Amino acid sequence: MTLTLNHFSAAAVFALFASVVFGITHRDTTRDMVRYGIYCFAMFLGGALLAGWAMWLLRR
Amino acid sequence: MANSTTEKTNAVETEPLSLMAVVAPAVGWLIPGAGHMIQKRWIRGGLLFISIVALFLLGLAMQGRIYKANGGDILDMLGFIGNLGAGGLYIITLAMDWGQGAIAFATADYGTKFMIVAGLLNFISIADAYHIAIGKKQ
Repeated sequence: MTLTLNHFSAAAVFALFASVVFGITHRDTTRDMVRYGIYCFAMFLGGALLAGWAMWLLRR
Repeated sequence: MANSTTEKTNAVETEPLSLMAVVAPAVGWLIPGAGHMIQKRWIRGGLLFISIVALFLLGLAMQGRIYKANGGDILDMLGFIGNLGAGGLYIITLAMDWGQGAIAFATADYGTKFMIVAGLLNFISIADAYHIAIGKKQ
């Protein structure tokens, strides 16, 4: 069975699972874990999108 | 940036090294999240298990490649170290001869990276289980 994800889906899935682990392991309280996890998710996905557009600008 | 874990845990007294401080990281390496579960952090352990295992299995499903100990160059060795972090998942993958990789699929490269990152995230999870065991974190 071969799973084919497009680039954005792969980035989103990666960001989701990595953010969950980062949130749990880098903070103490549940509230802080959730907040940090959301922050990490935004940084992962936002960073990927930003890098993509930056590369498009360089290419242009 | 929010306060880091270390700032808040400086005031927490650490317990002397115990059996759990050895067992929790070992079990956590073998089964992602188990190091937390044996210390009764069920939800954290469960979420860690789901996240790390899902990332690894997705990597396999995307025809990613697993690195072995006899890698020739430095990148192969680093890939091996990353894969090794996945513990039991890596052992099972080797035993079943999965993770051969597939050059023909473009997403196979993503799969390889997914599996390496799953291992690296498990290293972080192991360290967290250890900190809980020694009382540095609640």
